[in-house]
Amino acid sequence: MAEAEDNISILGKEVPRRDFLIYGSTALGVAGVALTAWPFIDSMNPAADTLALATTEVDLSPIQEGQSITVKWQGKPVFVRHRTDREIELAKETDVKSLRDPQADDARVQQEPWLIVVGICTHLGCIPLGQKPGEPRGDYSGWFCPCHGSHYDTAGRIRKGPAPLNLAVPPYKFVDDTTILIG
Amino acid sequence: MMTIVKRTLVAAGLATALVGPALASEGTGPALHKQSWGWTGIFGGYNHKDLRHGFEVYRQVCVTCHPLKHLYYRDLMKIGYSEDEVKEIAGNYEVQDGPNDDGEMFTRPATPADRFVAPFANDKIAAMVNGGAVPPDLSLMTKARKQGPDYVYNLLHGFASDAPGEPAAWWLKEREHAGEEPVFPETKYFNDYFPGYAISMPPQLHEGIVTYPDGKSPSVDQMAHDVVSFLNWAAEPELESRKTMGLLTLLYLGILTTFLYGLKKYIWRDIHH
Amino acid sequence: MSTYTPPTWNNKFVRWFDERLPIVTLMHKELVVYPAPRNLNYWWSFGSLAGIVLVIMIATGVFLAMYYVPHVDHAFDSVERIMRDVNYGWLLRYAHMNGASVFFMLTYIHLFRGLYFGSYKAPREVLWWMGVIILFLMIMTAFMGYVLPWGQMSFWGATVITNLVSAVPLVGGDLVRWLWGGFTVDNPTLNRFFSLHYLLPMLIVAMVMLHLWALHTKKSNNPLGIDCKGPNDYIPFHPYYTVKDLFSLGVLLLFYAYFIFFAPNFFGEADNYIPANPMVTPPHIVPEWYFLPFYAILRAVPDKLGGVLAMLSAILILFVLPWLDTSKVRSATFRPMYKWFFWAFVADCLFLGYLGAMPAAEPYITMIQFATVYYFAHFLVILPALGWFEKPDPLPESISAPVTSQA
Repeated sequence: MAEAEDNISILGKEVPRRDFLIYGSTALGVAGVALTAWPFIDSMNPAADTLALATTEVDLSPIQEGQSITVKWQGKPVFVRHRTDREIELAKETDVKSLRDPQADDARVQQEPWLIVVGICTHLGCIPLGQKPGEPRGDYSGWFCPCHGSHYDTAGRIRKGPAPLNLAVPPYKFVDDTTILIG
Repeated sequence: MMTIVKRTLVAAGLATALVGPALASEGTGPALHKQSWGWTGIFGGYNHKDLRHGFEVYRQVCVTCHPLKHLYYRDLMKIGYSEDEVKEIAGNYEVQDGPNDDGEMFTRPATPADRFVAPFANDKIAAMVNGGAVPPDLSLMTKARKQGPDYVYNLLHGFASDAPGEPAAWWLKEREHAGEEPVFPETKYFNDYFPGYAISMPPQLHEGIVTYPDGKSPSVDQMAHDVVSFLNWAAEPELESRKTMGLLTLLYLGILTTFLYGLKKYIWRDIHH
Repeated sequence: MSTYTPPTWNNKFVRWFDERLPIVTLMHKELVVYPAPRNLNYWWSFGSLAGIVLVIMIATGVFLAMYYVPHVDHAFDSVERIMRDVNYGWLLRYAHMNGASVFFMLTYIHLFRGLYFGSYKAPREVLWWMGVIILFLMIMTAFMGYVLPWGQMSFWGATVITNLVSAVPLVGGDLVRWLWGGFTVDNPTLNRFFSLHYLLPMLIVAMVMLHLWALHTKKSNNPLGIDCKGPNDYIPFHPYYTVKDLFSLGVLLLFYAYFIFFAPNFFGEADNYIPANPMVTPPHIVPEWYFLPFYAILRAVPDKLGGVLAMLSAILILFVLPWLDTSKVRSATFRPMYKWFFWAFVADCLFLGYLGAMPAAEPYITMIQFATVYYFAHFLVILPALGWFEKPDPLPESISAPVTSQA
């Protein structure tokens, strides 16, 4: 077939009409399908109303020394513990180097009496015990995960058992002396 | 090909011609005064200042009776309010929350993440307070009526009298013409555009009832215009992104289709039929 | 007609796989070298277009179902949440909503193309049956889908249509309660409609497969309506019809996108943005436009059971159409009388559609009755009689013959 004469000029370059049409259509079509996929994928991301509830405000004033409360933040439990002097001492005197996930106590709290951690075991996602009076707190007076026996100390650090990491500290800030905003 | 298209049109034309005489509408009441709204047409969009003014009308007037339950206070950030302004606006309303650790419900100031607080706890109270009529939710009003924006705009203007039980002159004349007794409910207000004309809502927009942030007091027409704009945004908050995306999509499809047409011509160049 | 010899695949994996599951060979045979009449016009694009819209409907539907809540207290609000808070939720919802209208448009055009060119005649009767079953399933799916947003039209549409079943003698009342799962259209009804609305499209897909199987067994009809006689009459499906259908798809998407982005509620009813209220019926109950002709036929008969039967018959009669049409000639191009009766029938259907939207009062009722009688007369009187009276024009020798003689 006499293809040679069937050229078109693009930016001064001779291109066979056939190639121009085929590659042009294919490129456009592929790009279109890819772009169309995005709304479908993005629709599965958290919706605006879900995101709007991404922060939780906690009033600390009713929590007595030695007490813990659990609040819900982004659907997860957050442990807020008002630590006693003894608990703070225990957390501070621990040799950081000996820890599996070495972190000093003051890197994990903003104000010494208040320990705020996400209450999800870093092993496989169970919720450790130790919030309510009478529940086992493990060998280090912090929390104890009943699923596979991880022990956390009074700074929420992993001390014993299979969990690889310390309990996560969520992003939070003190709005005033007795109120924190998590998230 | 073209003949078939033509014939389809002829068939459609025939079908309408047959029923032409039957098309006469029921024809009562004045026709809607059509407004030109900025968001119509394929390039249309909202004037955010109008929307904020409309929100002022809503929160100074309509909010007494009408919920806007599909809106959250945070949505106001999309029409130009800052986060702090939205917090302050939301803080003016109380929402019920709870139960707290003592098992009791309590109220707290609303936050941007809360829905617009409804004026009444439930429909029964709303009906009791408003003489048996439940003031409808407004968040979809401009979509839930035929020619919604024009309808709401005209309705706000369409009162025959500030007093209840006083029908419009044209309506009385019409009854007289038909030889009917002009019976109009004592407690209802006559509105030219409301279906059945008897509306429970008294006229709401009067000079001086609303103050805009610049301290000015808008005219009734201005208020009606602004609040309808705001309500249309409340019903179709996606409108602007929808149209932008639509233009890009049509542009893209136009180019793609042109390419495909060229390719089709090229591939079929040797096939005659 | 040459017999198909599968090619040897060069790619090792393809060859290995194809020996075990010959799907590549199947695609090659049915979508690449598949012999299609060389003279198919653009009216033959509508079948594949409808298939593509079916895929779009299923895709958007699956994602909408991730957020939709089938409960009377939450359905309406969950749809509004999709429209406002879910990322691109408005796009998915409007594409799905308008997709229903587009799907019916394409299917109706496809169906009338079949009527005009006699595609239902031997040897394609079973192919035609599969199509009628698809239409029937589409009607069911669309009806139940329309109920899901739980607006006023959803609720009252569901009430009116489910009540049709009560026309069944003796057990009608029990049957309706069984359908509802309660004493009115209520939460159980909404739940099962959602379940079935998700199921039926899968059946449609299955029926489309059978439709295609039947099509590829007896091959496409064509605008001349004569059988293909030799290799000159055929061209391979790819690239000729793939590119033609892709171009048609581009045009369709332009049309479809216009409605999604610029007139998303054009086909809808304002009343469906009012949440369902079982205590108040809207003044005008109107079904979606694609049901209007059937809705008109329902109202043609002043008897409840009679109306329901008439409406069902309007679809069921399509099953026996291949035997009601006594003419041996397929394409209306060569049937000087049928051509006109075909257009009269199109006009009658459009007229019925118009009447279906009108209030149930005179003069509409009388008009509906005439139009309905004509609808059935077309199938039961005109088509059988035409085969006897009509003298068809001479048919061309072959598909390629008129081309060569003109050239």
